[in-house]
Amino acid sequence: MGEDRKTPLYDEHVALGASMTPFGGWLMPLRYTSDLAEHRAVREAAGLFDLSHMGNINVTGPDAAAFLDHALVGYISKVREMGARYSMICAEDGSVLDDLIVYHHAPGEYSVIANAANAELVLGKLQERTAGFDVVLKDVQPGQALIAVQGPRAVEIMLATEGLVEDAEISGGTAFADLKYYACMGMRFQGEPLLVGRTGYTGEDGFELWVPADRAVALWRALLAAGEPLGLVPAGLSARDSLRLEAGMPLYGHELDTTTTPFEAGMGRVVRLDKVSDDGTPVPFVGRDALAARKESAPARVLVGLRGEGRRPARADYDVVQRGVGTEVGAVVGRVTSGAPSPTLGYPIAMAYVTPEVSAEGTELAVDVRGRAEPFVVVPMPFYRRPQN
Amino acid sequence: MADFPENLKYTTEHEWLDGSTPAVIGVTDVAAEALGDVVYLELPEVGATIEAGSVVGEIESTKSVSELYSPVSGTVTEVNAEAVDNPEIVNQDPYGKGWLFKVEVSGTGELLTAAQYAEHTGS
Repeated sequence: MGEDRKTPLYDEHVALGASMTPFGGWLMPLRYTSDLAEHRAVREAAGLFDLSHMGNINVTGPDAAAFLDHALVGYISKVREMGARYSMICAEDGSVLDDLIVYHHAPGEYSVIANAANAELVLGKLQERTAGFDVVLKDVQPGQALIAVQGPRAVEIMLATEGLVEDAEISGGTAFADLKYYACMGMRFQGEPLLVGRTGYTGEDGFELWVPADRAVALWRALLAAGEPLGLVPAGLSARDSLRLEAGMPLYGHELDTTTTPFEAGMGRVVRLDKVSDDGTPVPFVGRDALAARKESAPARVLVGLRGEGRRPARADYDVVQRGVGTEVGAVVGRVTSGAPSPTLGYPIAMAYVTPEVSAEGTELAVDVRGRAEPFVVVPMPFYRRPQN
Repeated sequence: MADFPENLKYTTEHEWLDGSTPAVIGVTDVAAEALGDVVYLELPEVGATIEAGSVVGEIESTKSVSELYSPVSGTVTEVNAEAVDNPEIVNQDPYGKGWLFKVEVSGTGELLTAAQYAEHTGS
């Protein structure tokens, strides 16, 4: 392992007083001031995130769509131009190698956004799977920064950002005012083209902006300057984690890993066994046979949401147990994958893999919190859903 | 910036205590900063007999859990109910409103001066 890498915004984070932490091979801001304040800002106004650590693999060539149908579990050839899709890359045995977002950001051109810790692995696996396809892969993560603006005031902030403008020449046919959730468009910042996706990992409305590294600091500052009067604050990984947990979004390494298929994680919908190629024959994508079999078999464990009835939060790797008498710890029925006090809801929330017998909504369970059983109950996810206007 | 009042004594586990009787005990701003936002406190029972250096409770933040060690031996006379109800005051005012518990002291463990503690934390 080499030294942790720094994003083009590293000096900005340090100047803002961030606590920096190693994450996926990068040195990233954990928090600037307070986890809770940053979390609440995203729910009530907006937060600014540096996500430049995320892997970004460009896929081009005549077979780009067919290749992605083969390499990923999703039906990528159905993603319209300027659309985005949440997907996964699986091994032959159906286990999850990473979860991804694919942007169809130009005719026949795609970007695959991978988790930082998996970026190299994903690039290697994709490369292996190119055999027989006329396609070119390029790691475009170096030289780029990724900045996210997330929260109910994100639209206003984007509109108020100096130097960030629309240009019909490169927009891909969409006006900013019409940009849909899970779609993307081209814009310009200080004259340079950049890709803007209306996507995120917080459960709020928001945008993700890919900017050349040499403009990253200028864009970060311009967004902050425009947003601060509207309540925008820089937000770290800690807030990002509690936000995604409230939104019921999985985190690779917690809910997803190489011992898990998308079905156990409750994400079976991303697996498109119905994919067909241009000639109408089923696409034998990587992992298809294992996943088709897996879909038909009863799962050994399922991912559920848990709501704490007390005040003590459950944490990743704690045992889920049968509820017994008082604080007595009962038989183990599962394991927590993520857990925290929910800043928005005011009670502990957790995701856990449990045996199917105890997975029904309303089932009263407990979590072994360092030797004491704390009461939790199975609830539907997401825990938090943003108000629709 | 880290702040260590001169009138307090400190431990390497980042607790402080004052010289009053009974002694007031809390955690330092270095601890509060490192923990992040405190969301849950588990404090010893009033009347409990505790020993210097032993685990007497837990401090839980949004991201992690830390054990709370007692810097002294003695009997717990009071716990800060306001901090239990509003744990964020531990972050806001670790040496004031965010105190944790009071002890009728019968003996002490190894204690540091403000200067020694500052050196220990590299502040």
